[in-house]
Amino acid sequence: MSIHIDAPIEQPAVGAGPAPRRGRLSGGSAIELFGIPILVVVGFLLYVWWRQTATLDSIEASSLDWSEVRLEVWQHLKLTVVASLVVVAIAVPLGVLLTRPRLRFLAPAVVGVANAGQAAPSIGLIVLLFMWLSGWSGFWVAILALALYGILPVLRNTITGLQGVDPTLVEAGRGLGYSGGSVLLRVELPLALPVIMAGIRTSLVLVVGTAALATFINAGGMGGMITAGITLYRYPVMVAGAVLIALLALLVEWVGRVLELLVRPKGI
Amino acid sequence: MTTMESTDKQQHTVSGAEITLDGVSKIYRGQQAPAVDNISLTVPAGEIVMFVGPSGCGKTTTLKMINRLIEPTSGTISIGGENIRAKKVDELRRTIGYVIQGGSLFPHMSVAKNISIVPKLLGWNTSRVKDRVDELLDLVGLDAAKYRDRYPRELSGGQQQRVGVARGLAADPPVILMDEPFGAVDPITRQRLQDELLSIQRELHKTIVCVTHDIDEAIKLGDRVLILQEGAHVAQYDTPEVVLSSPANDFAQDFVGAGSSLKRLSLARIADLELKTPTTAKVGDSTAQVRSRAEANGDGSVIVLDDRNRPLGWPWLRQLTGEKIVQPSGDLINLDSRATLNDALDTMLVSGHGGAVVTGDRDAYLGVIDFKTVTDFIEEMQREAETETKAAPAAGSDEHPASRISIAPTDEELDGGREG
Repeated sequence: MSIHIDAPIEQPAVGAGPAPRRGRLSGGSAIELFGIPILVVVGFLLYVWWRQTATLDSIEASSLDWSEVRLEVWQHLKLTVVASLVVVAIAVPLGVLLTRPRLRFLAPAVVGVANAGQAAPSIGLIVLLFMWLSGWSGFWVAILALALYGILPVLRNTITGLQGVDPTLVEAGRGLGYSGGSVLLRVELPLALPVIMAGIRTSLVLVVGTAALATFINAGGMGGMITAGITLYRYPVMVAGAVLIALLALLVEWVGRVLELLVRPKGI
Repeated sequence: MTTMESTDKQQHTVSGAEITLDGVSKIYRGQQAPAVDNISLTVPAGEIVMFVGPSGCGKTTTLKMINRLIEPTSGTISIGGENIRAKKVDELRRTIGYVIQGGSLFPHMSVAKNISIVPKLLGWNTSRVKDRVDELLDLVGLDAAKYRDRYPRELSGGQQQRVGVARGLAADPPVILMDEPFGAVDPITRQRLQDELLSIQRELHKTIVCVTHDIDEAIKLGDRVLILQEGAHVAQYDTPEVVLSSPANDFAQDFVGAGSSLKRLSLARIADLELKTPTTAKVGDSTAQVRSRAEANGDGSVIVLDDRNRPLGWPWLRQLTGEKIVQPSGDLINLDSRATLNDALDTMLVSGHGGAVVTGDRDAYLGVIDFKTVTDFIEEMQREAETETKAAPAAGSDEHPASRISIAPTDEELDGGREG
């Protein structure tokens, strides 16, 4: 199956063009896969150009100092990655448990609770948790809040993905002599993986956006630029922070897409 | 090929094991009526037994109790004299081949991986597994080099089903369970798969239990046919010949159904008929020589064989161009010698030669069957039946009601078949 990529100008399809990735891409997702990083790079270059040429007062200059920005990006990424790992470590096993025959009846209740967790206003969740867990560091409170916030998509997709596995394949696995655990590892999870990964990507994007609120409980992150901009009436700083968060979110979403393609089992 | 050499040795060794069901019942939770009600049955070693009946009669439940995918409520099942509850359930299942409708291949595993599941579970080493995969692909008529690394979605329905059969045979189990194995493929493919199963069984002599809802399939494949009615009550358990000629009760009679005269065509095998032997040629033979041989025999066409004696094509003499015989294009539809006269008529209808190429073990060429041979045979059968009919009342016996069965189809029936 050959793929026709409506190639952006930066990538003219000369000759055979870029090798199709094992024929898994539709035209639309190919644009996203190649277009997003280009968009991010262009956006970031525009920001650099503005930062180098704009006349900034001393407060603006110190808020947008490169070392300060680098620290905030690093904190933001750390929050995102750790929270997402926690989400996966909790939601996937929980989803597996909730699709086993004995615990299946609990699934609607647990998904309901996870739904409520996501419906709660994230800023309220973060601040409330910070007040309750007074002994905790801001970082871990932020991780807990972000994980609660990001758990639903992964949990829901794990359950949906596992439920979507053809039951005759599960029975075939048992009939051939796989144990229950082997069927889960070798048949059910590989077949459900594309759906689970889509949930993980959604969750990543939610978490990277919400991590901007971590600054309210001294957990750092790029939200610092926005709050500094607001409290000090320096709107360029606020806008710069928002733009950088948006670029990071796009980049994280792109990483999620690449991961999805990489872990997708061959043959499905 | 080592497998070819070992064929002769295996020819008459039964590698199957006897299965016995003793007073087996299954009542599903929340249901009053048992799905399977006290069935007792012996499946002899090395035979194919077909479970046939309407949907919901309990045939699949009975099958799945043999590999404990469903646990019986009461009764005992043994394989080779050993109670199936004596082993751990996963170990038991690794000794029972399981073939499911459509193949049920795992889509994320290559053909080789699918086939090697059970051998790997049994701890075979890599090279033994690899050899076994190639041997099995060869056995089910797929080119190992070409198909080994493919994924199921890259195969046709019939090919997937072949791989499913190979997977069931992988660890050489004595017992194979098949659940509507050929239900999901088109009729021509189904006929080929059935022929291949018979050909494989001729080599391996497994004990095969196969569930189907198709009485024609049951009659064609079964050494014995088990007709089940609601609650898995046995309506009849006998050879196909007896099931067709003397149904045990009204249910069996209805199930075998009208047109049982035509169904007797399913009992006669091509192997019972004399085959024609037209001119053959090997790939690489000189075209001029082949042409003169064919003309000397009075043949207008030749059958081209490969180096393993498998037919590749059936070109007319005028299609033979070039100096050497090359592999003909197009797909040749062969008939296995175990195929029925029914199948033979079907195949001839799509062939341009008014006949069909017949093959034996591993698709080796045997000869050609033509339309006249079949019709002559049918007339012969009919004459015999008439003689029997005349003899029967004189003997005063209605134990064998052969008089009800007319073997030859009427012209109308044949015309109808030809149009279909």
